[in-house]
Amino acid sequence: MEQASPDLERILQPAPVEPLGHHDAGLETAVGEEAEGVRDDERPGDGTMTENNFWLKKIEISVSEAEKRTGRNAMNMQETYTAYLIETRSVEHIDGQSVLTDSLWRRYSEFELLRNYLLVYYPHIVVPPLPEKRAEFVWHKLSADNMDPDFVERRRIGLENFLLRVASHPILCRDKIFYLFLTQEGNWKETVNETGFQLKADSRLKALNATFRVKNPDKRFTELKHYSDELQSVISHLLRVRARVADRLYGVYKVHGNYGRVFSEWSAIEKEMGDGLQSAGHHMDVYASSIDDILEDEEHYADQLKEYLFYAEALRAVCRKHELMQYDLEMAAQDLASKKQQCEELATGTVRTFSLKGMTTKLFGQETPEQREARIKVLEEQISEGEQQLKSKNLEGREFVKNAWADIERFKEQKNHDLKEALISYAVMQISMCKKGIQVWTNAKECFSKM
Amino acid sequence: MGTLRGAGLAATACGRALSGWRASAGHLRSAPRASRRGAPVGRTRGTAAPSRAAAASSALLQADVLDLDEDEDDLEVFSKDASLMDMNSFSPVMPTSPLSMINQVKFEDEPDLKDLFITVDEPESHVTTIETFITYRIITKTSRGEFDSSEFEVRRRYQDFLWLKGKLEEAHPTLIIPPLPEKFIVKGMVERFNDDFIETRRKALHKFLNRIADHPTLTFNEDFKIFLTAQARELSSHKKQGPGLLSKMGQTVRAVALSMRGVKSRPEEFMEMNDFIEIFSQKINLIDKISQRIYKEEREYFDEMKEYGPIHILWSASEEDLVDTLSGVASCIDKCCKATEKRMAGLSEALLPVVHEYVLYSEMLMGVMKRRDQIQAELDSKVEALTYKKADTDLLTEEIGKLEDKVECANNALKADWERWKQNMQNDIKSAFTDMAEENIHYYEQCLATWESFLTSQTDLHWEEASEDKI
Repeated sequence: MEQASPDLERILQPAPVEPLGHHDAGLETAVGEEAEGVRDDERPGDGTMTENNFWLKKIEISVSEAEKRTGRNAMNMQETYTAYLIETRSVEHIDGQSVLTDSLWRRYSEFELLRNYLLVYYPHIVVPPLPEKRAEFVWHKLSADNMDPDFVERRRIGLENFLLRVASHPILCRDKIFYLFLTQEGNWKETVNETGFQLKADSRLKALNATFRVKNPDKRFTELKHYSDELQSVISHLLRVRARVADRLYGVYKVHGNYGRVFSEWSAIEKEMGDGLQSAGHHMDVYASSIDDILEDEEHYADQLKEYLFYAEALRAVCRKHELMQYDLEMAAQDLASKKQQCEELATGTVRTFSLKGMTTKLFGQETPEQREARIKVLEEQISEGEQQLKSKNLEGREFVKNAWADIERFKEQKNHDLKEALISYAVMQISMCKKGIQVWTNAKECFSKM
Repeated sequence: MGTLRGAGLAATACGRALSGWRASAGHLRSAPRASRRGAPVGRTRGTAAPSRAAAASSALLQADVLDLDEDEDDLEVFSKDASLMDMNSFSPVMPTSPLSMINQVKFEDEPDLKDLFITVDEPESHVTTIETFITYRIITKTSRGEFDSSEFEVRRRYQDFLWLKGKLEEAHPTLIIPPLPEKFIVKGMVERFNDDFIETRRKALHKFLNRIADHPTLTFNEDFKIFLTAQARELSSHKKQGPGLLSKMGQTVRAVALSMRGVKSRPEEFMEMNDFIEIFSQKINLIDKISQRIYKEEREYFDEMKEYGPIHILWSASEEDLVDTLSGVASCIDKCCKATEKRMAGLSEALLPVVHEYVLYSEMLMGVMKRRDQIQAELDSKVEALTYKKADTDLLTEEIGKLEDKVECANNALKADWERWKQNMQNDIKSAFTDMAEENIHYYEQCLATWESFLTSQTDLHWEEASEDKI
């Protein structure tokens, strides 16, 4: 497992080797935007960019469209899916103008493939998550249908966010497969599969086994795993309750719309009260319809939280990898220790450990000194090999821990920054909702008082 | 029967108090506005003499407010004649129609001159072997002369209110009697006597009595006075008087028979009134449903919000860098939650009872229309009888004359009360909805302040942190 496969050349401009601590502020703006066809047009020439965002300086990535398509799947059956248009623009350094360099269509499953590849090749990196495959935490008005235009729109934004996160990651951005994902439409799947990454993937069973049997994991990773569990649990809970609150709020607003209709009908029979009733009714309609926009904004807030819900899984993946490596190391050390012991016993003739050979020797007669010598020699070779392996595994493990922890620190900063911004944006949404409410009810009150 | 002050301009079974006359301690205090003076009654009895009466009334109407002496005497005389004051029977005897001039009279309430204050409180449960029931304490304070004292305290149960309402309807079939809260509320009631139900009913009963007290005619009703003042035994013996069950049944049967004849001869203005009532009834019922539904939705929203805030606190336990922000959000949500509770309370106090009362009023109005139609139907049937029968023509003619007066009186009473009712309705609806709007404004203002102060604190921190980094 290597950080970046040396045979894949970086095609774009050089990046600093060490990842820096601060996450790009510019990315946040792109992430938070809700407008269609979001572009990071604000990016070029922005002096606040740090060096590790060279990509964004030079390249703009956007998922600008979504299209429904039909095709044939692997079993030659008709299927409907959504394809997303990814546009990459390179920004001319001098005048800040951007030129469209690449544009291609990808579907969700290809994004998944890319991510799975990154997970295998960069196990020490907290790999950015994809937006949810199926709509979860829906409240009644939201559709759970994957073809629903609102869902597709939010997914489009989520996919763009994913690409931007990868592009702004100091290490991931240099990956060639990622580059090809953005630039090579046909044949990309084959190219990915040719890397043979699926084979390199750790089996889930092995990883699970390691979780239960590792003796000395790095304490920080244990804490991190615990943290990621809590993060996942609390964000899930929050999203669930938020969805219920949204549902109720929707109900309150919409029922007021009925006033509009009835007031209007009533105003027909009233002479003095009529005008006031009628115009108040109109404001009730305005009030009722205002909730749609309000809740749409909130949905984007929910998506921001969801990203970190899924990030929790990415954190856990890194922890699992560490456990696996640690387990491997412990097993190797154990194996080495037992071989050494065997060797010693053979050499000194004492039998302390059970061995099959020893048993059979006892049962079927002693072995000859030559045989014993041969065996010792074999063992010594194995021991020497084992020591080498252990050394390199140790080194690997330490490298892994060092690099992983560096990325985790980077992730933590990013998370704190993003979540804080999300919470503040939530406050801003609430403020806007309150202001609208005050306006509508003030207008209604005026109408009522004129009745 | 005590003296009947001012209210009676016609000793009729159909309606009294066509003007805002008030009197106390033997003096007649007139309405402050001359235009509200009714015709002096009782000057003539017998057949109608509209033109003469009209002339007299217009003179009266133009008269100065203070110039009351001659009216006063008449009224005094009139009012002392107890035999004419029997309002508790369907007597067809009517004086005449100086009442036609009542058209010009308006009913208005006089809050400044209020001399009867009633409160309903202290619901108490009583258990007997047969039943359990609730009584309410009724305290009356008054400066009126016809009351033996200035303060009364009695206990009444719902049945007693029903009796009072029945008596008022009997005495004034075409006046708009205030509605009583329902006997039962079928939906959503677990037990008959839960606290919310009792409190809602208490408030409605309080409103009921006060509306009667504010009504220029009903306030002087004798049964009303007895209701407010009599001790339990007195009341039950008084209740036993009046037309017996059989005669009441007889009247009902006759009324039904008459109503079957239809309302073909209903005057135009009552057709309009009827149309209004129908549509109004529809709309107010809808508004009642909508308002109840809004309350329910707000309650459910409140329940969810209660859970929403604390999750952020829980989260902050594992995020040391976000503790401020998360607990800030949690606190804002909690404050908004409280504000919602307040908004709900406002809705339930200001809007729901008013709308519901008018739902009941709309049913009441339909009853009033029916009764008016019945009175007219009685007349119409006699008129029809006259055209077919030859015998007893004189008797019939006399009866018809009386019925015509009765109808006219009923119509005028209704018309005047109608105007008063509409005015009240407008004011009540207007003020209920204005209050609701105000509650909502206040709610949003509170929430706005909460979130804005949170935002300020966050951005201040941000600046602090940013400037720290620069150092």
